[in-house]
Amino acid sequence: MLNLDPLGLVALSVLVFLALASLAPFLASRQKTLLAMTFLGSALASLIALSGGFLSVYQASTTSMIMPVGLPDLPFYLRLDPLSGFFAAVVALLGFLVSIYSLGYVKSFVGVRSITPLAVFYNLFLAGMLLVLVADDAYSFMVSWELMAAASFFLVAFEDENAKARKAAFIYILIAHIGAILILLSFGVMSGSASGFESFGSYTFSSMRMNAASGHITPAWAAAAFLLALFGFGAKAGIIPLHVWLPEAHPAAPSNVSALMSGAMLKIAVYGIIRVSFDLLGVTQWWWGGLVLVIGLVSALIGILFALLQVDLKRLLAYSSVENIGVILISLGLSMIFASFKMGALAALAMIAALYHILNHAVFKGLLFMGAGSILHGARERNMERMGGLIHKMPWTAPLFLVGCLSISSLPPFSGFASEWLAFQSFLLSPSLPSPILNLLIPLGAAVLALTAALAARCFVKVFGVTFLGAWRGPSNAHVHEAGFFMKASMTGAAIASLALGIFPAFVIVWMDSVPSMLVSGTVQAESPFGWLWITPVAPERASYSAPVVFLGILSFVALAYLLLHARKTAIRRGPIWDCGFEKLTNRMQYNSTSFAMPLRRIFGFLFSIKETTRAHGNPNASPMFQERYIYNLKVRDMFWYSLYKPVSDLSFWASKKVGRLQHGRIQIYLLYSFITLIVLLMFS
Amino acid sequence: MKNLYPILIEALQVLIVLVASPVLVGWVRALKCRAQGRRSAGVFQPYRDLRKLFMKDIVLAENASWVFRFTPYVVFGSTLLAGAIIPIISVDLPLAATADIIALVALFAIARFFTALAGMDVGTAFGGMGSSREMMVASLAEPAMLMSVFTVSLASHSTSLSFMAHSLLETSVVLRPSLAFALIAFALIAIAENGRIPVDNPSTHLELTMIHEAMILEYSGRHLALIEWASMMKLFLFSSLGVSLFFPWGIAGPSDPLMLPLAFVALACKLALVGAAIVLIETRLAKMRIFRVPEFLGAAFLLSTLGMLSFFMLE
Repeated sequence: MLNLDPLGLVALSVLVFLALASLAPFLASRQKTLLAMTFLGSALASLIALSGGFLSVYQASTTSMIMPVGLPDLPFYLRLDPLSGFFAAVVALLGFLVSIYSLGYVKSFVGVRSITPLAVFYNLFLAGMLLVLVADDAYSFMVSWELMAAASFFLVAFEDENAKARKAAFIYILIAHIGAILILLSFGVMSGSASGFESFGSYTFSSMRMNAASGHITPAWAAAAFLLALFGFGAKAGIIPLHVWLPEAHPAAPSNVSALMSGAMLKIAVYGIIRVSFDLLGVTQWWWGGLVLVIGLVSALIGILFALLQVDLKRLLAYSSVENIGVILISLGLSMIFASFKMGALAALAMIAALYHILNHAVFKGLLFMGAGSILHGARERNMERMGGLIHKMPWTAPLFLVGCLSISSLPPFSGFASEWLAFQSFLLSPSLPSPILNLLIPLGAAVLALTAALAARCFVKVFGVTFLGAWRGPSNAHVHEAGFFMKASMTGAAIASLALGIFPAFVIVWMDSVPSMLVSGTVQAESPFGWLWITPVAPERASYSAPVVFLGILSFVALAYLLLHARKTAIRRGPIWDCGFEKLTNRMQYNSTSFAMPLRRIFGFLFSIKETTRAHGNPNASPMFQERYIYNLKVRDMFWYSLYKPVSDLSFWASKKVGRLQHGRIQIYLLYSFITLIVLLMFS
Repeated sequence: MKNLYPILIEALQVLIVLVASPVLVGWVRALKCRAQGRRSAGVFQPYRDLRKLFMKDIVLAENASWVFRFTPYVVFGSTLLAGAIIPIISVDLPLAATADIIALVALFAIARFFTALAGMDVGTAFGGMGSSREMMVASLAEPAMLMSVFTVSLASHSTSLSFMAHSLLETSVVLRPSLAFALIAFALIAIAENGRIPVDNPSTHLELTMIHEAMILEYSGRHLALIEWASMMKLFLFSSLGVSLFFPWGIAGPSDPLMLPLAFVALACKLALVGAAIVLIETRLAKMRIFRVPEFLGAAFLLSTLGMLSFFMLE
């Protein structure tokens, strides 16, 4: 039944995921078998989907099919074009790595609690993400979207004895639903203005696309559809100020799920934005891009500042995801601006920068979350204030995590730098645009992007320095142990991928060039006259970057210095720490996460709601200067929670209480409601 | 012969960076001694210091990890690579095409990233303090530097360093407001990045003031030598980057070997002037309080952004 074309491969992998999910409950009594079957199976299915997505982008092919399932007259339209193929490849690549990781990570749950729900919803989650990507009509899109949201809700609530996890899952599902409503409305606007289709025909994406291309949709309605989609998908992507669920849900979920949610699910939301704005509506007005650019800038800057102040490793990574989504949206916004002015080549360059960062972020954030999972597994600790010196106890995880830190800090030759380089190039190539606001916005945007990148480097110096270097800050670190084989293997894979994506950008750009050529009809001239060694997005004299040579250059200078200095035999003597001759150094005197971020709190403190108190403890009669001990209290809160979310959630609770009066639990009353509704409908019809 | 010439230039340039950077530092120190009425140890004292450090054995803290031992080599290697891509005496640099101005900033960032990690590796309060402060300075100085060089690259329509220097060589002297902003910002950043007064003091080990020195307190022997040499190269590179971007006159154009001796003399004169300017600043100013530094750098960041804005708005 299934052809082995790209779409067929992705559909096959979805079927495998669904089969695995439905088989899992039957194996509930044999947890070890279940573990092996689930995650080996999902790794295999991910590989199938990866090949499908890769091929679709590589061949620039579009395949579609109609699945006669669902309601009558409403079949599922499926389609895999280079755009969805690219995202399917990203999801599947991360899915593969995380599935291998889960073989080791989930083992620690076996015997402690049932892993059956994890097995079921993990596979449903992956299936849902892939289905969203191949959906080609609003109906199947919404069904898959909700499948993805519901599955991830149960994954967040996996450790449901924990009140925090339950609360996080609740906030998550609440915001997911607000987003879903907006998305649904956006589809409604787009299909509502489509005309000339029978029955539900206007719900297919192809009709919306034709509708926009033929100019049936008025600019005002197009803008309404765009705004609804932007904020609907934005809620899922975690743009500021709709990000509040992210730092709650990511730490609550098991680490393999956090890796998938941050690396893959947020990208699905970005896919939605690209699909609606570039494909279904066609970018027509420059302020769409301007708005996306501003949202990206705010999310990137505020996201990384919040990340810097966190002490919980997984919360920090969640806020850093907000920042990275911001960076992606910055490039995407630029691409929209160029597309609206019909500058195909520039739009393509900016879009490549966005897509490249999507791919990179999936890999390195996956790696970092897996690393955080290994730490949680090996040291049973998430609070960085109590960690330190893990490099000695976890000799494998440490260098792999360092690779993740280097990539996310966009340092060459690792992957983050390649996409950042492209983003800066698209800023620098922007000519004077016919809008003074944009001419103001673009330099400011470049400035904020540069600031964000520098702050990210700072944040990850803190992360690596405080967790892996120095000495353990807690009472005893006897229990800390290294991660198991599968966890190490998968993190090694992610680290190698991160390095490869950084060293061979020319191949990656040539591969993904079919996406912008489909969406903005522009391509990037990635290969220079010198071949794959160089990337020269426009012309060699404009800009060029050769990651392999930079990598080899640093490597050879390092090797040369090392060899020259080791020609003569010199001894290394190990001695006690010098520390300028100070004595009685204890581990509590090290800089920790809070003190490392202290200068930042002073500089950017006005952006946060910070409560800082110091209290003397001990003899009340002694002078305040000479107390035995001091208690220092620091509270940094997300101001968006109090200024935006809490009022809304309070209001909704208040409203539901009022509405609750309608519900008496008596069947007669409910029948009466139905009867009145019928009468009213009949009167108006 | 034609193909050999750029490679020779490249090798010559790396050699100049390696050899001349201690002289620049020695020159600054000697001049400073003169200005403050002290007797100097001569321009070549940094060589003697380096030799002494290279000859010594290493004492390593008990709990130092591989990050600590790896860092000096990375710092040295990435700084030297940066030295290979900045056009100092000629724009014929084959390696300049491999890494442009964005990569150059990132190369310095790698060195800083690892130095900051090494500062936290041993687990002393000083090291962490140095790392935290260094990253505070960097998180404002790095974007300011990017914005400042971006303004130049907008004016020269390229981000490749040798093309930038080349196109600025060709254009006649015009007073561009954007470049003026960029130059002032660049000067402020160069001071901060190299840890000079008034941001940091390279010759003090006083707890309240030090930034860079605090991170490398635990280093000794050849590790320390490599780091010291790298920081000398960094000063040399920032000075020569500044002069080749804003005052490129005298740099030899493409395939122009006859210009080389002149280029060399021009470079020496310009760097001597930069050194004198550093001395002037360092003897006239006192070091700032650490929490005034963000204001200093914020000003640099604003100026550089203004430079780019004025390019978009006016030019």
